[in-house]
Amino acid sequence: MIETQQLRKTFNKGKVVAVDDVTFQAMDGQITGLLGPNGAGKTTTMRMLYTLLEPDSGQMRIDGVDPQADPIRIKRALGVVPDSRGLYDRLTARENIRYYGKLQGLAEDTISQRIDHFSDVLDMGSFIDRKTDGFSQGQRVKVAITRALIHDPRTVLLDEPSNGLDVMTTRALRLFLEQLKREGRCVVLSTHIMQEVAALCDRIVIIAKGRVAAQGTAGELLEQSGQTNLEDAFVHLIGSDEGLLA
Amino acid sequence: MMAVYFKEMLDNFRDRRVVINTLLIGPLIGPVIFVALIGFMANQTTERLQSTLELPVIGAEHAPELVRFLERQGVVIKAPPADPEGAILAEEEEVIVRLSPEFGDAWRDGRPAPVELMVDQSLRYAGTTVSRVRNYLDAYGRQISHLRLQLRGVHPELTRPIQIQIDDLSTPESRGGMVLAFLPYFILITVFVGSMHMAIDTTAGERERKSLEPLLINPMPRWKIMAGKLMATTSFALLTLALGLIAFVVAMGFLPVEEMDMALSLDFRLAALAFLLVAPAALLAASLLTILAAFAKSFREAQSYMGMVIIIPMIPSMWILIDPTRTETWMTLIPLLSQNVLILELVRGEPVNWLWFGLSIGSTSLLALVLAAIAGTLYNRPRFIFTSA
Repeated sequence: MIETQQLRKTFNKGKVVAVDDVTFQAMDGQITGLLGPNGAGKTTTMRMLYTLLEPDSGQMRIDGVDPQADPIRIKRALGVVPDSRGLYDRLTARENIRYYGKLQGLAEDTISQRIDHFSDVLDMGSFIDRKTDGFSQGQRVKVAITRALIHDPRTVLLDEPSNGLDVMTTRALRLFLEQLKREGRCVVLSTHIMQEVAALCDRIVIIAKGRVAAQGTAGELLEQSGQTNLEDAFVHLIGSDEGLLA
Repeated sequence: MMAVYFKEMLDNFRDRRVVINTLLIGPLIGPVIFVALIGFMANQTTERLQSTLELPVIGAEHAPELVRFLERQGVVIKAPPADPEGAILAEEEEVIVRLSPEFGDAWRDGRPAPVELMVDQSLRYAGTTVSRVRNYLDAYGRQISHLRLQLRGVHPELTRPIQIQIDDLSTPESRGGMVLAFLPYFILITVFVGSMHMAIDTTAGERERKSLEPLLINPMPRWKIMAGKLMATTSFALLTLALGLIAFVVAMGFLPVEEMDMALSLDFRLAALAFLLVAPAALLAASLLTILAAFAKSFREAQSYMGMVIIIPMIPSMWILIDPTRTETWMTLIPLLSQNVLILELVRGEPVNWLWFGLSIGSTSLLALVLAAIAGTLYNRPRFIFTSA
């Protein structure tokens, strides 16, 4: 479970406010979507959660632990698929994943078992032992997801996971995320794509200009805005249609 | 930490370009250039000394005795070219002797008879030939003056009030050392060449392919990740250094050392000592280049910084080349300079001064560790992690 309280982060000595005031919760066994236009502060919020950035002010708790107080423990508890999904081109997919398993401190056997498991679930058998040079976006995302989840984390953060994926891979990804949810994990994904949120998320947190504009289930958001479909609700809640077409 | 180390080693060994550049061309380029250069220099000098001297003489008929003397010394007298000045300037001839009609008159009158040597003194390679001609002419002059004095009943020794004798106390090793003045540079450069690609690949490269951010999300202190990378980079530098030294030892075998009358002692024992001496510089180079490369956002940007860094180990070598001074203790405290002077001591065949060795290794290690520690803190700053932040 993730809780944040009035997170704030600025860059360039306070001149650029990336995250102004973000408060939200994400529950175990649910998929929570951070929805917002480009530049709204979704990635920065994520980066604070996975401890690569320190907030200027505000509180965070992941399963009751403050990421700033014990970053190593938090990193062990989180599975993160960040915006940057670079792989090592000269290593095979399996070697890429095994490297992360080692960095997580897992035993060789456990790593092999987990790789086989994901290879089945994500249908990677045909390319798991190929060098990742020349992989398609879809193949890369699958490898990135596997290496992020190699240590069986309870909480999963994904930053724009469906960026650059075709329809089939997006669908496979969606089924996979739903399975994670059924396993009782806390899944948080950020996106600017309305349909993705509507189809997938139990809770939606709308972020605009570094602030939480609204949050709740799809039904609650419709109610709050008085609109009949989610897209209109979104536009209504953030006050403009900026960034929606991106 | 070891996981990072093994991954980086595997990753870079997979890259054929890296292996060829760092482990083949890197170690070989120094010895090959070096040996080719020295071999060429040595050959040139010996060739000029031993080859028959073909000497164009203008007005040979004015001094038949002199010409005959030269021929007795093995000089082949040639007919002069039509345009002697032109031939010298066009570098067709290195030296031309001109004897004027006054030669005979002056000779008979007992006045110094003029002999003109036409040379271009700006041509350094002609120096050997010119001094050979002068030696022959001097010998002839001495012979005649002795004869003249004897005819007048004077002992020729009287004209030599002093006798100069040079006792060259340089050992063959120390003469070799002069030629080897830029050997330290070639050795030091191997650790920079060896760590360059790896330093870029593990930092700027990691950023360019967007794999740094996910890497740092792993539950490892950032300095450990950096330490693993530095270890891998240093290993590559050491490997390049070792291969370079072996290549040098082998290459030295091809040098015509005996003709040059100097001993270039670089056997495997000295190479091992040199390795010991330069090993701390490998960590130094790895840390320095890693810090620089970490500032760069892309491989290309990093490479442009590297070009300048390669000049750093050159500075002490150049300085020693221009101003060769005795080794003093303070020099052994300065990283890179100390390796320079101590490698020179080694190849000159001087006994090993363990204090100097210790100081050099100690001071270089200290600086290297400071740089490594700085490198270890780099990833605590967000601007080194994100491609755009």
